[in-house]
Amino acid sequence: MDFREFQQIQTRRSFLGRCSAGLGSVALWHLLADEGRARAGESPASRERPLDPRHPHFRPKAKNVIFLFMDGGPSHIDLFDPKPEMKKWDGQALPDSMVKDLKLAFIKPTAKVWPSPRRFKPSGQSGIELSEWLPHLASVADDICLIRSMFTDQFNHHPGQLMLNCGSPLVGRPSMGAWVTYGLGSTSKDLPGFVVLRSGGNAPGAGTGNWTNGFLPSSYQGVPLRSSGDAVLYLSDPPGVSRELQRSTLDGLRDLNELSQAESGDVEIASRIAAYELAFRMQLAAPELMDLSKESPATMAMYGIEKSHPNPFAANCLLARRMVERGVRFVQLMHGSWDDHDDLERKLKRNCEATDQATAALLKDLKQRGLLDSTLVVWGGEFGRTPMVQADSPNKKVGFGRDHHPFAFSMWLAGGGIKGGQAIGRTDELGLRVIENQVHVHDLHATILHCLGLDHHRLTYRFAGRDFRLTDVAGDVVRKALA
Amino acid sequence: MQHPCLNWLLLAILFSGFWISGLAAAQEKAASLPPAAQRPIDFKRDIEPLLKERCQSCHGATQQMGGLRLDSRAGVFAGGYSGAALNPGDSSASRLIQLVAGLRKDLVMPMAGERLTAEQVGLLRAWIDQGASWPDSSSSQTTSSSTEVLRSTKLHWAFVPPRRPDLPQLQARSWTRNPIDAFVLARLEKEGIKPSPEADRTTLIRRASLDLLGLPPSPEEVTAFVNDSRLDAYERLIDRLLASQHYGERWARQWLDLARYADSDGFEKDNVRPDAWKWRQWVIDALNRNLPFDQFTIEQIAGDLLPNATVEQKIATGFHRNTLTNREGGVNREEYRIEQVIDRASTVGTVWLGLTAGCARCHDHKYDPISQKEFYQLFAFFNSADELNIEAPSPAELGVYLQRRPEYEKKRQALLSEYKVARLQPDWERKMLEAAARPGVDPLYDVSWDIFGLYVDGGQEMMKIDSSRRTQKWNDKITDFFIGNYSRVVNQKTMKKLRFKELNEKLSQLKSEFPALSEAQTLGERPGSRRSHVLIRGDYRQPGIQVQPGTPAVLNPLPADLKTTRLALARWLVSKDNPLTARVAVNRAWQEFFCRGLVETSQDFGTRAEPPSHPELLDWLATEFMASGWNMKQMHRLIATSATYRQSSQARMDLRDRDPENRLLARQSRLRLGAEFIRDSTLAVSGLLNPAVGGPSVRPPLPPGVLSHGFGGASKWKESAGADRYRRGLYVLFLRTTPYPQLVNFDAPDSMLPCSRRERSTTPLQALNLLNDRVFFEAAQVLAARILRDSPGDLSDRLAHAFRLCLARQPSASERSRLTQYFEEQKTILERNPQLAETLFPAKELDGISPSEAAVWVGISRLLLNLEEFITRG
Repeated sequence: MDFREFQQIQTRRSFLGRCSAGLGSVALWHLLADEGRARAGESPASRERPLDPRHPHFRPKAKNVIFLFMDGGPSHIDLFDPKPEMKKWDGQALPDSMVKDLKLAFIKPTAKVWPSPRRFKPSGQSGIELSEWLPHLASVADDICLIRSMFTDQFNHHPGQLMLNCGSPLVGRPSMGAWVTYGLGSTSKDLPGFVVLRSGGNAPGAGTGNWTNGFLPSSYQGVPLRSSGDAVLYLSDPPGVSRELQRSTLDGLRDLNELSQAESGDVEIASRIAAYELAFRMQLAAPELMDLSKESPATMAMYGIEKSHPNPFAANCLLARRMVERGVRFVQLMHGSWDDHDDLERKLKRNCEATDQATAALLKDLKQRGLLDSTLVVWGGEFGRTPMVQADSPNKKVGFGRDHHPFAFSMWLAGGGIKGGQAIGRTDELGLRVIENQVHVHDLHATILHCLGLDHHRLTYRFAGRDFRLTDVAGDVVRKALA
Repeated sequence: MQHPCLNWLLLAILFSGFWISGLAAAQEKAASLPPAAQRPIDFKRDIEPLLKERCQSCHGATQQMGGLRLDSRAGVFAGGYSGAALNPGDSSASRLIQLVAGLRKDLVMPMAGERLTAEQVGLLRAWIDQGASWPDSSSSQTTSSSTEVLRSTKLHWAFVPPRRPDLPQLQARSWTRNPIDAFVLARLEKEGIKPSPEADRTTLIRRASLDLLGLPPSPEEVTAFVNDSRLDAYERLIDRLLASQHYGERWARQWLDLARYADSDGFEKDNVRPDAWKWRQWVIDALNRNLPFDQFTIEQIAGDLLPNATVEQKIATGFHRNTLTNREGGVNREEYRIEQVIDRASTVGTVWLGLTAGCARCHDHKYDPISQKEFYQLFAFFNSADELNIEAPSPAELGVYLQRRPEYEKKRQALLSEYKVARLQPDWERKMLEAAARPGVDPLYDVSWDIFGLYVDGGQEMMKIDSSRRTQKWNDKITDFFIGNYSRVVNQKTMKKLRFKELNEKLSQLKSEFPALSEAQTLGERPGSRRSHVLIRGDYRQPGIQVQPGTPAVLNPLPADLKTTRLALARWLVSKDNPLTARVAVNRAWQEFFCRGLVETSQDFGTRAEPPSHPELLDWLATEFMASGWNMKQMHRLIATSATYRQSSQARMDLRDRDPENRLLARQSRLRLGAEFIRDSTLAVSGLLNPAVGGPSVRPPLPPGVLSHGFGGASKWKESAGADRYRRGLYVLFLRTTPYPQLVNFDAPDSMLPCSRRERSTTPLQALNLLNDRVFFEAAQVLAARILRDSPGDLSDRLAHAFRLCLARQPSASERSRLTQYFEEQKTILERNPQLAETLFPAKELDGISPSEAAVWVGISRLLLNLEEFITRG
């Protein structure tokens, strides 16, 4: 290859990258594929266009993921895992043999059992029993695969959330969304490949660690879409810069950068130019994404979005669907906090009311648009809550709560690759420990990757002298959950 | 049959209750074990094949999981990291039997394949009960451990101390300027490649300024250098840069990355560490006064242990206070203390030895000769060091403090008595101590006690001491916690009556009016050392065998005459016999000047690392570094004045396929600037930069909502006022859970683990950041004003001036013509939209310049500040 040919290839790449039409990316994908570079989890990933779509390891069932992360640890025994036998223990401390190994954050092992006041009803054809506070989820029970036998290693929020989102309680590891976009790239041409949305009260315990790229290149970090101000940080043009001015500036910038590339011969400049063009497209695409005015009244009603009564979680669910339509690979919604150490009845009810309808609407909406088959939806928090009561408020009016409980909790999956209408696993009569089909967080990760056509053993990245995985050195795909 | 243990049991009952429970447990276990075979055991026939087939693949010659080998008599009796494997004569108490019989649910041996049959376990039991005889002839010949096996194979190059090589013979010596060049050229001659010509002077001064100071040169500096006709003009330039106070700032940044420096605790609460900067200040000063690297090392690892240690030397130990602290409710403090100690040991491995020693926290290192035991020997050096905050006031601070303290004390006491604190606090303290002694009785005080321990470091130990014997400072701390947290144990109605919230506010106000002496975070040795153990699988709940402080056997021995303290460790690291420290340090310096180190994985010199591109050069540099007395500035000068460094960075067609990554160094590399230096350069060329060196961290403007992702939200970010907003990026407050977005966008590390080499990514978020962030837009506006003010000429003159400011060079003809076109284009748009022009450039006092023309200059400035070339050093 002579120098001219070399430059031509670079220019061709930069031209294709610049095309805003689908043609550009598709052609580029083929170009890269021709060069043998478009393979999942290949290390190093394409440096110049790190988010280009890449082939999975095997035929995938799902193309996108929507992870509804319920930060704080929702109570499994009040929502998903009915325990009528708990009544027998009402007000009693559990024998030492049952509690001696428990790790508790605030309460002591002598705390007394507090049976769930919730009523559970069989739902759908499958008859999965769900709490009375989840009536909308009950209406899509036949689409979900409820796992009642989840467990984790971590009993505090920060490490627990890192465990769930990054597969390790240690800081500095990439999050699931980062791994997935590293493995598969994204088909969105003008939005980031991994987007994060938040609603609810306090910030999640592990903060930005929940969507960090860790040691992966920063192209794979989650991009928070913000509910106030710019949807993406620094998205809007500064005061006085019109679109026309911005375009003219970017044209000038591109031409000067190209002159500099011709001068220095540095191929990295082409990726800088492409990044500016993507940024410009994102400036248009993000507001278009956020603008819900073209959604039908029926859709808005289904999600429960009313102008008079803003519900940020519901709006985020609708945005998640819109992002999946636009090719965003991994959407992470966060809602919290479900950390009900006290006043659980009031707080849990409020969270259910804020989320139940929109969650079910998201599944229905994806289904009616034919997107549920290719979208994996995951719901859950970093751990469950104790069957024992936490009652340490000096104020009489404040109701009972429950402490953190990593030994057993519930999550559910739906959509691409998942066999709906089933509940997997069992816990003991108190919901204290898993007694059947236990599913560790690593297993959940292996399963999610599997649905996307990724082998969790093979999705690796070399860092600090060794190959890292989302699932560390563990993880088994939960076969029962698969369609 | 009467059980043989029974007699013992009777005896034990007579002597000690402890023995009863122990033996009863053993009996219980024995009951669930398969029975021992009832015949004499022949080792060769009954045991050896079993061990060979089922145990030795993990506990044999090639690897020794858990530090245990079962292929020799010595190995079997030595045991592993968890302790003895067997007790001859008592199979039921033998760990080996308990594990193969499945008595421990979490660990059953063998890990792979079928479980042993009851018969096989019975054979093993009988063998042990009969004394575990092992005939000598059956000993496998080698008794070395896996790490010894790794050592016995040809010693990895990095573990052999560097020897100063002779300079290579060259065909054409004229290109070379110093020994570095001889090594580089020798390699190029071998490959038949010619080095690149020297870069032009404008490129050289911009490159050297950015590399040595992290700041671009001013136009005056460029002109002076370009016109300096002295033969040593370039060397003089380098000397001027090395003497600048900004040198310490630029090189501190690299060291801060390695030390995982941040201004907050990390984890959920991520509390701000208001005194963290004191250590950063120490680093900047140490680099500026060119503290030799050996002393730089000793003071940071063990400054507190030096004879007559100064406050400054103690502050240096703040290096090891950059570990994370978890204050989340319910955490086990011992667990996180051990995490910190593990982190300290592992960080020493990465930063000084270039070894991934932390891999050995859970098991023997898979690739490098570091056993798990050796990792915990390294750990043991730090295990008895406690976190200690010391008063570290500046002299100015001290005078004011001493003068005003009595007034403060008087006012504080008045407030405390006004709100009747002394009436309630003793009873609260008594109940706190009760909860500590008897948890589970009063859940309100249980929680209060735990939280007290998490929020007030060392507080629990202190409360157990009578208040009359505590220092004033400690009594104040406890009182402050009491006032702030009494609501955890009494109801709202009572709290309202007490008006403690109001009192809290008044006390905070008082504190802000009478600042206390500022502190520094240091390490201090605790009286009486802690025992250290191998932690099985890295788990603090599973201590294995005890270990003493020690260094990895593959490296130079720790001098026998030194006590095994942190100070000994520090001296060992910088001993001339240490094969790694000097190599690792010069390689990291090299990396900053050439994009890659001679060893590309600058954090890993182990057996998995790529071999160095120029091994002899690396060794020459390492020996030169030590011979110079670990002189850092001299090393930087040597590199920066080499012909190799001074080459053009122009891409070369002839190298495109032969050397795409520029490992042979036949040219320079173009490098995107680090996150902080992009900020610094932008502020500098606009004239906004506040060049003050050192001091506390600052909080520049931040878009709303950024902190909402972290605990405490926006309360941690009180925007800095005035010139503090324009400090260098190094000084921007770094919160671990919600770091400053511009730093993150441009690959600043997350400060969780040591970072030896930053990523250099290219993302659309970077584009948005530079185009639209208020900080960068403001710089563009100010740069426009600067160009218009400084350069009264025509468009062409102004463009030339703008280029000099931003890129240290003249625009080319094509650049001029493209920017002229841009100028006209923007002007037309702005003349059509005068309101845009006024918003873009609100100042009106510029003579003879129309608002739209002035606004065009904001556009040009913005364009220049976004150029790839502007954020790149060529």
